[in-house]
Amino acid sequence: MLKYTVKRVLLALVTIVIISAITFFAMNAIPGGPFDKEKATDPAVQQVLEARFNLDKPVWQQYVIYMQNLAHGDFGISLKTGREISSIITEKFAVSARLGLMAAAFAVVLGLVLGSIAALSRNHWPDRVIIFFTTLFVSVPSFVLATILLLVFALTLKWVSVFSTTNPNYVLPVISLMLYPMSYITRLTKSSMLDVLGQDYIRTARAKGVRDSLVIFKHALRNALIPVITYVGPMVAYILTGSMVVETVFTIGGLGTEFVRSINNQDYPLIMATTIFLAVLMVIATLMSDLVYKIVDPKITFD
Amino acid sequence: MNTADKFPKKNLLSLQIDLNKFEKATEEEKAQHETMRESTTFFRDGMRKLKKNPLAMISLFVLLALVVTIVIVPMVYPYSYEQMITVNGKRDKTAKNLAPLTYSKNELAAIEEGQKIFPHLFGTDELCRDYFIRVLYGARVSLVIGLFASLIVLVIGLLYGSISGYFGGKVDIVMMRIVDIIYSLPDTLMVVLLSVVLNQVLGNRLQGTIFARVGSNMISLFIVFGVLYWVGMARLVRGQILSIKTNEYVLAARALGAKPGRIIRKHILPNCMSVIFISVALQIPSAIFTESFLSFIGLGVQAPMPSLGSLANNARGGLQSYPYKMVFPAIIICVIVLGFNLLGDGLRDAFDPKLRR
Repeated sequence: MLKYTVKRVLLALVTIVIISAITFFAMNAIPGGPFDKEKATDPAVQQVLEARFNLDKPVWQQYVIYMQNLAHGDFGISLKTGREISSIITEKFAVSARLGLMAAAFAVVLGLVLGSIAALSRNHWPDRVIIFFTTLFVSVPSFVLATILLLVFALTLKWVSVFSTTNPNYVLPVISLMLYPMSYITRLTKSSMLDVLGQDYIRTARAKGVRDSLVIFKHALRNALIPVITYVGPMVAYILTGSMVVETVFTIGGLGTEFVRSINNQDYPLIMATTIFLAVLMVIATLMSDLVYKIVDPKITFD
Repeated sequence: MNTADKFPKKNLLSLQIDLNKFEKATEEEKAQHETMRESTTFFRDGMRKLKKNPLAMISLFVLLALVVTIVIVPMVYPYSYEQMITVNGKRDKTAKNLAPLTYSKNELAAIEEGQKIFPHLFGTDELCRDYFIRVLYGARVSLVIGLFASLIVLVIGLLYGSISGYFGGKVDIVMMRIVDIIYSLPDTLMVVLLSVVLNQVLGNRLQGTIFARVGSNMISLFIVFGVLYWVGMARLVRGQILSIKTNEYVLAARALGAKPGRIIRKHILPNCMSVIFISVALQIPSAIFTESFLSFIGLGVQAPMPSLGSLANNARGGLQSYPYKMVFPAIIICVIVLGFNLLGDGLRDAFDPKLRR
């Protein structure tokens, strides 16, 4: 276990270093520097500025400095607004995290419930209905879903009000963000539940006269949960990238909107910083879910 | 009775079967019991199973119909995807944001004069271009990207995975560590990052070459797919090869002195083809998803070339007034992705050796 953990943590660290290197060198590959303006700056001012931000040093030294700053949480400043990027990220991430966590929680809970229902009512109408809708939902891109929900429920039926950056209504964004992972978890739970229900120990439990509810909750669901854990990493990744789209559609001022805006503004330091920040989050989420998976599943041996 | 004489007499209390109660089968009856099944190949068997799957067959037909439409219709359609509608040789500025199946003022006047004007099936957009043809081109662009990206993934993954799986040992360990690292990179973010950068870097260099027509965005999209998405395919191929490599016929081929390249080509790859093709079929919708996502956040194909994602993105501005502009590309994209997903599932059920009984 220890060996495996160490191996995975090392791999995660290597990944983070590679991501930061790719982003940093990619940023420097883009023609033009942060202080190039339409009006030519005074060469002396330019020199001072470059010295101030270490732009006069070779690229690899800049990378080392950037990494040192990064380790202290300093991402540099935004080209567009001149604000500290680290403060932008902390402020916007609070909004995104709330949205993301709500979506993740609903996706997991509903996915497990629907998946179990589908597995237990196999080939009857609840199963058919659930599988029909989940197949549909995994084929609809999040931006399509978000805009159609917006069109139907907010603009046509006017059931919920959106378009408020100060106190956004989270109902529609959460729904459009959670449907895809929910559908995925439902399908995953169904197949793993069916697998578990065919096992000998379930038959033994039934033969002993254990109540149905107990068989399902204690014996079946517990074991069926294990494969779902592996999906947590990809789900976090999906929700983080999906929130870019969903936040833009519903004009929620989160990290996703900030990211899309930084792309449209060509605000490179902000693009890079957000990428690194989100990437590190995703790597950590994947690492955690893999480790938990290994701990929970007794059938897996560590190599 | 004549037949009864042939059988030995039965003892009264014996439990032996009384053969008198049986009749001999006639030749006709014997012929009925002979199974008349032809021998079938792996492919034919899979196709038979696929034909029995209504969902997969419907998806196949819908996708084929769509492909035929987007290939043929633009050839005969009277409007172009990048130019304004013209009436009597003049640009028609009144044909802005028309609802589906309506005509502009100038067009109505022309119809009064007795001209025939082809209806705008999906209406027009804010630059007076026919929306039907734009959606059609968008579907074309999205499909081409999906197919090409999957092809790139297939070629790179196949080469890498088969080399790594066949040679094993240290080669395998090193190659798979590289795959592990690329696999753990968050793909969407890297796609966004690389498209931003490649777009900027390639933008000026492509000018004047053939690639300029395709656009630096699309080229960078393909590069990104080539760099990032092949790892899943490489892992799949490697796993297949590792399990097939241990079979006796591979050992026999090696004992006969066949070279590694020949063994991979002739013995190993044909046996894992089905699994690989299923994975390619499922790769296409994911590529279309990624492209539409990028187009949506403003990094996709370049204007005036439309893609389904960029059409949807443009439609967001006037969502309340012109909802149909959102609805049409959205429906097409859902149909394409759903079609490929269902077809891929059907192919897997029909061809995956692990699921065959």
